Amino acid sequence: MNGVHDMGGMMAFGPVEPEPDEPTFHADWEGRVFGLNIAASATGAWNLDMGRSARESLPPAQYLASSYYENWLSGLERLVVKFSLVTEAELASGSSRGPARPQRNVLVADAVPKVSLGSGSMTSRPIATPARFNVGDEVITRNMHPKGHTRLPVYTRGKRGVVERVHGAHVFADAHAAGLGEAPQWLYTVRFSGTELWGEDSDPRLSTSIEAWESYLDVG
Amino acid sequence: MNESNHSHMSDVEARVRALESLLSEKGYIDPAAIDALIDTYETKIGPRNGARLVAKAWTDSVFASWLREDTTAAVASLNFQGNQGAHFSLAENTPDQHNMVVCTLCSCYPWSLLGLPPVWYKSAPYRARVINDPRSVLADFGVTLPDSARIRVWDSTAEVRHLVLPMRPDGTEGWSEDELATLVTRDSMIGTGLAMTPEAVQR
Repeated sequence: MNGVHDMGGMMAFGPVEPEPDEPTFHADWEGRVFGLNIAASATGAWNLDMGRSARESLPPAQYLASSYYENWLSGLERLVVKFSLVTEAELASGSSRGPARPQRNVLVADAVPKVSLGSGSMTSRPIATPARFNVGDEVITRNMHPKGHTRLPVYTRGKRGVVERVHGAHVFADAHAAGLGEAPQWLYTVRFSGTELWGEDSDPRLSTSIEAWESYLDVG
Repeated sequence: MNESNHSHMSDVEARVRALESLLSEKGYIDPAAIDALIDTYETKIGPRNGARLVAKAWTDSVFASWLREDTTAAVASLNFQGNQGAHFSLAENTPDQHNMVVCTLCSCYPWSLLGLPPVWYKSAPYRARVINDPRSVLADFGVTLPDSARIRVWDSTAEVRHLVLPMRPDGTEGWSEDELATLVTRDSMIGTGLAMTPEAVQR
């Protein structure tokens, strides 16, 4: 989706403001929203990519005007209704009006160290087909504008680059977010020159890379 | 904080309380797990993990080679994997090339090595501008690179998490891993800073 979350190259947002001795959370509610998101997604009702898609689908003006954890809260409110954990009426009232739906898992405190510090959620998967591209291959990214979730930023579409790393096959975010399963594809680091992305006025000393799934790429 | 901000915050707080209470009443979440998650990221996971990794790479050439060739396995050998930290990639700074990491689409960041990202990393100014004008972003951090240095920006668009390996500062010959780790700032591992010099930190 061509949303306002896809910010690479947008202008007029002002200076970056580093904050000395920044706390992990700036208010108690931010920590609760963070924890609620991790715990609620641990039920298995939705996956990581569906969670990202929910935040990206917030109204553009709201997304830009809200803080990071406000958007996490608004995204979670949408997810719990969309995946039928609660009803709109329950969310509005803050109290349960019917039985819960069975979930795959409930995250308990004892399991938190394993989730936070365990082996992580590997997204690499076996794949039967060989990689279409090798390190050093010239590629061109597709000029595509899907209405759903995608991880190909607008500023990198229809651009020529070079495959720099091959990461094996990974869960394909676009399909996973749409509820179409993991549909693993080969994943590559593709490097672009600054001038390819930003034109002749770009700093010639700049280059940029993304991780690109195979279906984002054609032979360049 | 002004009056309108205050009432706005209260509204958010009320929504958070209502949602937690509802999900808890339904049995979907355990509030004690949320307490544990907050405590974990406030006190147990932070940039010291990444700093230890960098200091080890600076002092142990065999480990450094492994880190370059199979970053994920080398990170795993130190038990530094975790949520938002399963697959890793190394971006090594040299005198000729400086590396910077961003997630233009949101906030992907190596939690298990650096903790949760700072507000500026998730903010529109950083996500929008680092990708095509990184030198001006470095200026916002008070960092100036030599004119000749190339800059490489890594946009984190999948589940591969990038870590910048900063250059080891001059004048640190003979320093131990623990001493070196004190020079490795969070920002030096994102690329918005450099490792501190011995003069800048009390040994």
